[in-house]
Amino acid sequence: MPELYHYLQQLVNGLTIGSTYALIAIGYTMVYGIIGMINFAHGEVYMIGSYIAFIAITLLAMAGVDSLLPIMFVAFAASMIVTSAYGYSIERFAYRPLRGGNRLIPLISAIGMSIFLQNMVMLSQDSKDKAIPSLLPGNFVLGESAMSGVTISYMQVLIFVVTFLAMLGLSLFISRSRLGRACRACAEDLKMANLLGINTNQIIALTFVIGAALAAVAGVLLGMQYGVINPHLGFLAGIKAFTAAVLGGIGSIPGAVLGGLLLGVAEAFGADLFGDQYKDVVAFSLLVLVLLFRPTGILGRPEVEKV
Amino acid sequence: MSRPLLEVRGLCMRFGGLLAVNGVNLSVREGQIVSMIGPNGAGKTTVFNCLNGFYRPTSGEILLDGEPIQGLPGHRIACKGVVRTFQNVRLFKEMTAVENLLVAQHQHINTNFFAGLFKTPGYRQSERAAMGRAAEWLERMSLTEVANRPAGTLAYGQQRRLEIARCMMTRPRLLMLDEPAAGLNPRETEDLKTLIGQLRDEHGVTVLLIEHDMKLVMSISERILVINQGAPLAEGTPVEIRANPDVIKAYLGET
Repeated sequence: MPELYHYLQQLVNGLTIGSTYALIAIGYTMVYGIIGMINFAHGEVYMIGSYIAFIAITLLAMAGVDSLLPIMFVAFAASMIVTSAYGYSIERFAYRPLRGGNRLIPLISAIGMSIFLQNMVMLSQDSKDKAIPSLLPGNFVLGESAMSGVTISYMQVLIFVVTFLAMLGLSLFISRSRLGRACRACAEDLKMANLLGINTNQIIALTFVIGAALAAVAGVLLGMQYGVINPHLGFLAGIKAFTAAVLGGIGSIPGAVLGGLLLGVAEAFGADLFGDQYKDVVAFSLLVLVLLFRPTGILGRPEVEKV
Repeated sequence: MSRPLLEVRGLCMRFGGLLAVNGVNLSVREGQIVSMIGPNGAGKTTVFNCLNGFYRPTSGEILLDGEPIQGLPGHRIACKGVVRTFQNVRLFKEMTAVENLLVAQHQHINTNFFAGLFKTPGYRQSERAAMGRAAEWLERMSLTEVANRPAGTLAYGQQRRLEIARCMMTRPRLLMLDEPAAGLNPRETEDLKTLIGQLRDEHGVTVLLIEHDMKLVMSISERILVINQGAPLAEGTPVEIRANPDVIKAYLGET
């Protein structure tokens, strides 16, 4: 049944890309859940994550390191650490001083931050494409042959495994740890949490750091998957992840994961049905439809007026 | 005589053209139970909001143990031992009852990220202690059976009790209760009265109360402050307040 295999193949491809959307979407949704703000600079944080991985891999290659595991480890670690610092600083300097006023003001600051970061990378790394070498080439076939089976690349396996581990870690952190508990309390009622002695500024900074680190993971993975990075890729990825977050219900972490996976699958099937160039059309039509018919998203709840 | 724990001098709070609180003075001694009464919209809750850092007062001084606290961020005031409940119960509804109690102990337990990540012995021990305190208060408020239910699904009276227990988790010195008897039946109100007395006697908590239930107010307060249209109208013992002609005119009217 070649058709069935074909659809299964699209499903696998869609879930792969979707899981990285989910990683980025978590950053949007966590920040929105706590301070009700869309961090438009989040896509740029993802892009910077890719660049840090690129720099780390290049440096290691220059130093003559050629075994896979240390390269992977350093690329992920460096990228997550540096972007965490970005996430923290962005919140500290561009958003925190503006908090408490009109909601539009931090939003505009976020757009400014996004333009600033993009241009900063363009100036320091120039705007041409950079190639990330394929570290994990090759694939395997589930089934009899490439024609009647599903081809899965090792890179796709890596994406699944790493995103799964990252999400598992996040959900354990949120549900089990003390800081995770404080995060949930802040997401439900920021002012009340503050009145009970929780330093809400710290918790807000923490959500930016977590979001940035997860975006970095996505940045490293997609950088390796596509093999090409440039300073503009944060924009589209950011908008896609935002769509995923809205699709799942912004503010909800499981929603962001579900939205990411759905968006990835919809894109894969859309590209298959209408042609590759319609991929983004499908993604954003989905956004429009969701906003029209279910503005709170799949797992979102209607906003209750807080007194 | 014990020294004043809380001293409020000339507190004013202005919202645009509205002077919601105008020159309120208040002195609460350690271990006292003091009530604030007044018609709806008199500005009682606004006073609470100023005291615990919800609002930054327009003018006036709030001294806790002689130290000014007005305008401090809410968590700093909470760490100094001032905590409150709300008229409309304000629990973390999606978290379980026990989680509500644990989260309120956040400031007292070691919150180091890495200690939590690696579950160091110190972390485990303090987590266990926090759990112990939470269990103790659940038991005391007869909430043990509902410990693992989301707080939003509890019965109204249970939610009220949970909110007070949550305040106690922060180890308060000054507990401010905003209409704690609202919506309670007479038996529950009687239990509440006993509880407030116990909190003071057994836990050394000073209580500042806003309440419309006059029976409750008159029976447990040592001093009463009457506020009308944002301004103080009278201050004294329950007996004095009951006899005060201004108060009778403005508030107790028909009784």
